[in-house]
Amino acid sequence: MLTFEHVSKVYDGNRIAVADFNLDVKAGEFIVLIGPSGCGKTTTLKMVNRLIEPTAGAIYLNGKEIREQNPVALRRHIGYVIQQIALFPNMTIAQNVDVVPRLLGWPAERRRQRVRELLELVGMDPDEYSDRYPSELSGGQQQRIGVLRALAAEPPLILMDEPFGALDPITRENLQEELKALQAKLRKTILFVTHDMDEALKLADRIVVMKDGHIVQVAAPEELLRHPANEFVASFIGKDRLAPGLELRTVEQVMIGEPVTVRPHTGVAEGVATMRRKKVDTLLVTDESGRLLGAVSIEELNRNYQRAHQVQDLMARDVPVVFEGTPAREAFDLIIQEKLEYLPVMDREGRLKGLVTRTSMVNALASVVWGDEASA
Amino acid sequence: MPWLPWYGEMKQVLSWTEFLAARGSSILSATGEHLLLSLGAVLLGTLIAVPLGILLARHEQVASVVLGISGTIQTIPSLAFFGFVLPFLGIGVVPAMTVLFLYSILPILRNTYTGIREVSPAYLEAGVGMGMNRRQLLTWIQFPLAFPVIMSGIRVSTVYIISWATLSALIGAGGLGDPILAGIHTYDAKLIIAGALPAAMLALLASWSLGLVERAVTPRGLRQR
Amino acid sequence: MDRVLALSWQHLSLSVIGVALAAAGGIPLGILLTRYRWLAKPVMAATEVIQTIPSLAMLALLMMLFGLGDTTLVVSLFLYSLLPIVRNTYTGLLGVEPGLLEAGKGMGMTRSQLIWLVQVPIALPVILAGLRVALVTAIGIATIGVLIGAGGLGTLIWRGIQTRNNTMVLMGAVPAALLAILTDAGLALLEQALVPRGLKKKAVSAL
Repeated sequence: MLTFEHVSKVYDGNRIAVADFNLDVKAGEFIVLIGPSGCGKTTTLKMVNRLIEPTAGAIYLNGKEIREQNPVALRRHIGYVIQQIALFPNMTIAQNVDVVPRLLGWPAERRRQRVRELLELVGMDPDEYSDRYPSELSGGQQQRIGVLRALAAEPPLILMDEPFGALDPITRENLQEELKALQAKLRKTILFVTHDMDEALKLADRIVVMKDGHIVQVAAPEELLRHPANEFVASFIGKDRLAPGLELRTVEQVMIGEPVTVRPHTGVAEGVATMRRKKVDTLLVTDESGRLLGAVSIEELNRNYQRAHQVQDLMARDVPVVFEGTPAREAFDLIIQEKLEYLPVMDREGRLKGLVTRTSMVNALASVVWGDEASA
Repeated sequence: MPWLPWYGEMKQVLSWTEFLAARGSSILSATGEHLLLSLGAVLLGTLIAVPLGILLARHEQVASVVLGISGTIQTIPSLAFFGFVLPFLGIGVVPAMTVLFLYSILPILRNTYTGIREVSPAYLEAGVGMGMNRRQLLTWIQFPLAFPVIMSGIRVSTVYIISWATLSALIGAGGLGDPILAGIHTYDAKLIIAGALPAAMLALLASWSLGLVERAVTPRGLRQR
Repeated sequence: MDRVLALSWQHLSLSVIGVALAAAGGIPLGILLTRYRWLAKPVMAATEVIQTIPSLAMLALLMMLFGLGDTTLVVSLFLYSLLPIVRNTYTGLLGVEPGLLEAGKGMGMTRSQLIWLVQVPIALPVILAGLRVALVTAIGIATIGVLIGAGGLGTLIWRGIQTRNNTMVLMGAVPAALLAILTDAGLALLEQALVPRGLKKKAVSAL
């Protein structure tokens, strides 16, 4: 319902704020624009309600080019929430929320209803809050009202420019949760600017990463985390978030990617030698296509080398495994509960992809606690 | 009967009552003239200065010129000013009010200008972003928020004008300057006081009551600050 | 012409004397008020009341006490100059960032060292602005000094009004106006020049 076509903004002939911005926003989507200071995210946002006019390109809202519409009328149908909150201090809460309906000429009764409705939506008692003044409210409450003010006239699109930036972290988190809940209920189309990656990951349906006026990547949060388009995006996301925490990691992120493997007919002595050479205590036995057949540990080889000739004689065949994409947590739980030494990771075809060992488990934990320098 | 206790005081009181009986009505009418003169000038001044201030708030360069000029006008001693308009407007109420009107402009103009400009840009951005046009921005946000400052300017101006309106008697416009001047000429303390006291009281009264108005019109939301 | 110059000089000196006296009393008073804050409110109120009394009335009343002539004028100029000077001194001194005061105290400055070495220099532009307002107002009031027998350019204006002699009126009015305007501009420049280099803030007027 909102389309950007080759939108750009250039100042004074050569300062490029936004360059060739193309995006298609579907109704009900929560889009977050994120990037370092000066990347053009706020400029882009402000071009939608024409607080800033593009130097080139076109923006279509529900099919109509916004430049063909009267800017004042346009803005009355787009919600706008800014970082400074800016509830008008000379108006009561009700009057503040009421502003756009008043501008649109709604009858008094309808406006009153709407104010009640909205206050109740965020759990603020209308009788208590309607006649208060903004200065009597905390920052968090004020910004809640700020959001309600943007919703009052039931606009199809809401623009938010770092709306929670001026609040303390705890309030910020609360409001983020509330916004998420509100969005789930109302399904508005939202264009949200922030420089806080956690906020973006939490709220967005799709994230648009910008740098120096250009779009670098557009992706859903999980996609962005899994496949950052380049070094910049990866570093912007931050290593901590790429490996956000054990809950969100999958086994691929904690496994050893190239475990030592041998063919089934490998001799026992050779197996021991391989283990010594590669400094591992387990060998995984795979066939030519990489399919996992079994696993053998050094203790088993040492204990039984006289009896056996080939590793396949000593290997354990019913090795517990996990598949790709399993949450790392599950793998760890399995290791601990079943007292396993290791846990191979397989793909759907049964091919070996990696190995989770107690060591890799410890490394993963260390990297979460102390950052990547701690992991080997 | 000088031996009566409080004889001196009683004599004073008697002479005052005589005085007031004789001059009372003229003092009252002088007070009325004075009030009309002052309030008329301030009203005219407000009618011009407030819209002008609002207009100037959007044009910074012009504003500094205009404020500079009215600042200079303000510095001119009032008697000199009366002297300037004399050749053109003669004596009487018209020249008096003209001068007073011109004097009333600066405080109101300056306060309107700064009041409007000092409205935080965040409010303006929010207002414009929500779809207010210029008139709505002015009437819903800028003017209410600037009003206390504007009112303060009006108050200062009023007190100032009431004070200088005493001089209008010099060019025949009446007012409380008349009894004061007459008293100076005849070295009559009662006349002086009869003029000076109401004049001072008018000024103080205006200052106090407009101060109340100022506080009353501060939008409640701003008072908590 | 000589007459005009002589009267202008007289006019100026009367004004300056009045303001100087007010400064001599008012600046220390302002400083004192910063130390004894509780005094500030009554003192300010008193000076405001004095300020509100119309100047003609004030002159006339003082005349009853001091008679006709220059002295009365100077006394009233003194009284009228008090408010701008005291108020600006007080607010100027208070306007110095508390952090600076703390730093000074921490370095071991005594109270008066703090005042004279830190606060006054920083508050200087504001204090000067107060002096400027006072002087310009004084020049204005001195114009009507003629009515109670004082000298100054008002003499020409008044005589001119009485005799319907417009030229004479202008011969008094123009120099008076110029005197006021030039004093205002001159002192404003002085203010800017005297601001300690690091502080080029805009001076505040006592309006």
